[in-house]
Amino acid sequence: MRDVRDALMVARNTDGKLVRRPLSPHLQVHRWPVSMALSICHRISGVALGAGTILMTVWLAAAASPGNAFAVVQSFLGSPLGYLVLFGWSLALIYHFCSGMRHLYMDTGKGFEPGEYDRSGWAVIIATGVLTVVVWVFGLLAG
Amino acid sequence: MVAFNLPLNSRIGQGKTFPAAPGAKNVREFKIYRWNPDDGANPRTDTYQIDLDACGPMVLDALIKIKNEVDPTLTFRRSCREGICGSCAMNIDGGNTLACLKPIEDCKGAVKISPLPHMPVVKDLVPDLSQVYAQYRSIEPWLQADSPAPPDGERRQSKEERAQIDGLWECILCFCCSTSCPSYWWNGDRYLGPAVLLQAYRWIADTRDEATGQRLDALEDPFKLYRCHTIMNCTDSCPKGLNPAKAIAEIKKLIVERAG
Repeated sequence: MRDVRDALMVARNTDGKLVRRPLSPHLQVHRWPVSMALSICHRISGVALGAGTILMTVWLAAAASPGNAFAVVQSFLGSPLGYLVLFGWSLALIYHFCSGMRHLYMDTGKGFEPGEYDRSGWAVIIATGVLTVVVWVFGLLAG
Repeated sequence: MVAFNLPLNSRIGQGKTFPAAPGAKNVREFKIYRWNPDDGANPRTDTYQIDLDACGPMVLDALIKIKNEVDPTLTFRRSCREGICGSCAMNIDGGNTLACLKPIEDCKGAVKISPLPHMPVVKDLVPDLSQVYAQYRSIEPWLQADSPAPPDGERRQSKEERAQIDGLWECILCFCCSTSCPSYWWNGDRYLGPAVLLQAYRWIADTRDEATGQRLDALEDPFKLYRCHTIMNCTDSCPKGLNPAKAIAEIKKLIVERAG
């Protein structure tokens, strides 16, 4: 679908000649309040979780298939690169959960006053860090 | 459409530097976005060195000083110089605000000024607001009532009823909020944006208006209303201290409540 705003990008200059107007800078100049950064991270972590779910499915499917498929997947996930992927997946999952709770809370119409949404934003960041460390400490000790 | 980079014709080049008058002691640099439809060139950033000892306290004072004394080609909108007309809305130091209400003191280092973000530029700091005005028209921003006005000609409200539109009627339509919203940047062709949605809620919340049902019907749309993802840049940037994000949340709540 064409963007109707394109029509506003054309104008005439002093000589009556058609000129294309520039688009004013946006991400290039705008500051990044914590809420804005959290919002884009929520989107990115959601996409990452989509990819991570495929990996989890492959893991489960491998466990259910005959032959050495499970051993292959297991050896990848047990490698340093595999650990890194799993760490990223757990971080994305925990972040997306915490940020999702914040969105749910705001959907009730609460937490909109200046200061409140910054504080809840920082709470999401801190909770994500703490929970991710807890999950990995327990995971590694149990493993 | 999401596009993180600027189009090729919008990339900003290095411009001229206008040095401060000799003997100036308290010099501050102003880096200002320039674009002229007549020279066929890309936008550029011009640097003006201004003696703050010979300049008023607000960013708008500096802009007027530049236009009067340094470079008469600098183009910007301004009128009331006291935050009530909304003309001098622009991006200063990374945030959208009114130049007349922004003290130069509050800016760190060089003062960077560009037009309201992600808008078509008419010239220099003047954006084309046709789109937001058309969207404002689309929410029918006037009182609608089927019942006739009382014989004395005035629809009365209690003080409590009147208080329900506090924080809404004060909006001056400067569009600092809408143009700070990434959702409006990417989907502004169909998303109404915080300024227009706050205005829509202003009429929904008005007890004298009887068109609440139709107003909510018109807003119940995946793009017009629900592109708000509570990014909160609108509330962050409002130079009048209003809360468009909260107004949008109230509209969403009313739509849920009436569904039962």
